[in-house]
Amino acid sequence: METFNLILTGVGGQGIITLVSILDEACLIQGYDVKSSELHGLSQRGGSVITHIRFGKKVYSPMVSSSQADLIISTELLETLRDASFASSKTIFLINKHSVGFTGYLPEPEIMGALSKVAKNNLHIVNASEICKKELDKDVLAGVYLLGYAVYKNLIPLRPESVLRAFEIVIPEKYREINIKAFNLAQNI
Amino acid sequence: MEKKKKVLLGNEAVVQGALAAGVDYVSGYPGCPSAEIGEDFGKRAEEKGVYAEWAVNEKVGLESAIGASFSGLKSLVNMKSFGINVCSDSLFPLAYTGTRAPMVIFVGDDPSCHSSAQSEQDSRGYAYLSKIPVLDPASPQECYDFTKLGYKLSEKFNVPVILRSTTRVAHQRAPVSFDIREKNEFEKGKFLKNPNQFCTMPPRVLEMKTELLAKLEKIKAYTEKSKLNKISGNKNSKIGIIASGVSYFYAKEALEVMGLDLPILKLGFFYPLPEKLIANFIKGKKKILVAEEMDAYLEKEIASIAKNTNYTVQIHGKDLLSETGELDTSKLVLALSKVMGKRPASVAKNQTLNFPIAKIPKRYPRLCDGCPYWNIFPTIKKAIGPDLENTIFGGDIGCNMIAGLPPHNIQDYLFSMGASMGISHGVSKSTNQKVVSIIGDGTFFHAGIPGMVNAVYNKSNPLIIVLDNRITAMTGHQQNPGMGKTLMGGDVEMVKIEEVAKACGVKHIKVLDPQNMKEFEDAIKEFLQKDEVSVIVCRLVCALLKRRLKNNSNLRKFYGNL
Repeated sequence: METFNLILTGVGGQGIITLVSILDEACLIQGYDVKSSELHGLSQRGGSVITHIRFGKKVYSPMVSSSQADLIISTELLETLRDASFASSKTIFLINKHSVGFTGYLPEPEIMGALSKVAKNNLHIVNASEICKKELDKDVLAGVYLLGYAVYKNLIPLRPESVLRAFEIVIPEKYREINIKAFNLAQNI
Repeated sequence: MEKKKKVLLGNEAVVQGALAAGVDYVSGYPGCPSAEIGEDFGKRAEEKGVYAEWAVNEKVGLESAIGASFSGLKSLVNMKSFGINVCSDSLFPLAYTGTRAPMVIFVGDDPSCHSSAQSEQDSRGYAYLSKIPVLDPASPQECYDFTKLGYKLSEKFNVPVILRSTTRVAHQRAPVSFDIREKNEFEKGKFLKNPNQFCTMPPRVLEMKTELLAKLEKIKAYTEKSKLNKISGNKNSKIGIIASGVSYFYAKEALEVMGLDLPILKLGFFYPLPEKLIANFIKGKKKILVAEEMDAYLEKEIASIAKNTNYTVQIHGKDLLSETGELDTSKLVLALSKVMGKRPASVAKNQTLNFPIAKIPKRYPRLCDGCPYWNIFPTIKKAIGPDLENTIFGGDIGCNMIAGLPPHNIQDYLFSMGASMGISHGVSKSTNQKVVSIIGDGTFFHAGIPGMVNAVYNKSNPLIIVLDNRITAMTGHQQNPGMGKTLMGGDVEMVKIEEVAKACGVKHIKVLDPQNMKEFEDAIKEFLQKDEVSVIVCRLVCALLKRRLKNNSNLRKFYGNL
């Protein structure tokens, strides 16, 4: 298999670093070589967070190259637009229809318009935060929901069992059940 | 020892490497990208029989480890890039005295300044100033291997070893095979008196320098044979790459993308360099591309080696790869294309997407929801009123530096840890303008106190506002002397900032809860009229910590009433 290039993006505080750990372990469980890159500290304080995950037979760079992303998962609408340089016409976008606003934030229709114009047939926009809030009373699980969506819809070459086993390694026991629920919410969509 | 394979962060791999090497004593100061090392030790030190602490700053952290080394304990010091500036005063004599028990010093650089104010520092340069060996890992597995090897090297030659990492290595996750250290007891060492080795008084100090230079010759010979430097690819090609750190992976990937088979010399040792190995590598080559981030240290060294061995070889590096910012595969592809005389367009497989939006608004780092500073900054502005333009605001390192970003915009200078104290004094002495200096609790203890003493002693009148949110917050909630807890969870007497200020001769001091905005506003107004140094301590726990304390009974039990 050629190296799979995943960009996982959003805003600090949305649990993105935990998602990276889950994905890395799932890749290792499934026998892939894997490397990922993340940022901590100042950049995480409510700022934009972008992480790279690459897996396959043999991975060298921990960073996805320009236009090489196979999949971009974004937990925040506007943040998706910052990843344009990693995307090509082949890139699949999986986006949480959720805004973390600030002064000067773009109107939602403008963001949606830009996305649908460019990503066209490769666009999956889901109300992950809303669904997780409604079903589990925890919108911070939106990222785990998106991961479930990506796995069950075959947007990413990972098996559900691999991710569920990764939960056991990464997620503390008392939060595991609710993470599994969030992951499985996307199973029958 | 039991073996294990797990996905680890580069910094977690350093911890495993140090544990496997038998580390006894860990000190350092949190920063990005290094803080996970101390934090990880905080969690497992007791179980593994290690002593771990946060020092008040990196200089004290290094000195603490020097004491341990002289007492026969294996030590690890951890810090971010700028930490090595702070500890350099003791780092240089340490190279002269050498270590008794082995020591590894971890330094995390941050190319592209993702989480760094101050400067885009390439700490490798300290190798030349201090004459201390520097290792440059590229992956979490190498973080583990190089740490272990660092201890071996330190033990063999009685020198400290610097393990220099960068953000893309320290915060890279990948599978690592490692040995698991068994549980054991912390054993105290014994200081063996040896003033001839541990005192750098002249004229002995010059003998020590000669001894260090002799050691370095031996280390050079060791470097030549070290497995940390390795050659891969087609050795017969006339074009070669020399790379270090994470740039090695970008070079490997670029070759794969371009379908090329060129030889790469990967240098795990930055200092001393394996000069003979490099000379052999460039022999017969027409062109060399040096792939290194930030400064052109390797390139200059290689150019100098080439003068004596192959003076016709063309050496490329910073002519094709920027000295500013991180490198990546695309940059290497572009540079290699130029070296090969190929058109770079032929290597980009896909067309990059372009969203039809001219400018995506920038999302600045922001104060967390409920952060006490949300009230503090507007109150300061309100108290100063129409004089805001003519009031000068000193900024310092930590969460409070967000004061410089919209919508707050009250920061007129920002330098290094504690620097606002000294600069504010200088501005206060040089002008008739009011000066307000804002600093956090962690930074105050780190390097703020000497600047405050200086302002009192040399009679200036800044208003110093210490934002005491009860923890070192920006780097992820590390303990500091103001909060009554140590890294390993021990209880200690809190060092109170107001008492420190008083002992330093500050006469006008108020401690308040910034939620009482009226009291805070009045205090600012009153103190701005003083012609002496004044201090307001705003004491209110970090909002993130408050939420965590609310949701986590173990944490509540640990910290008690902050």
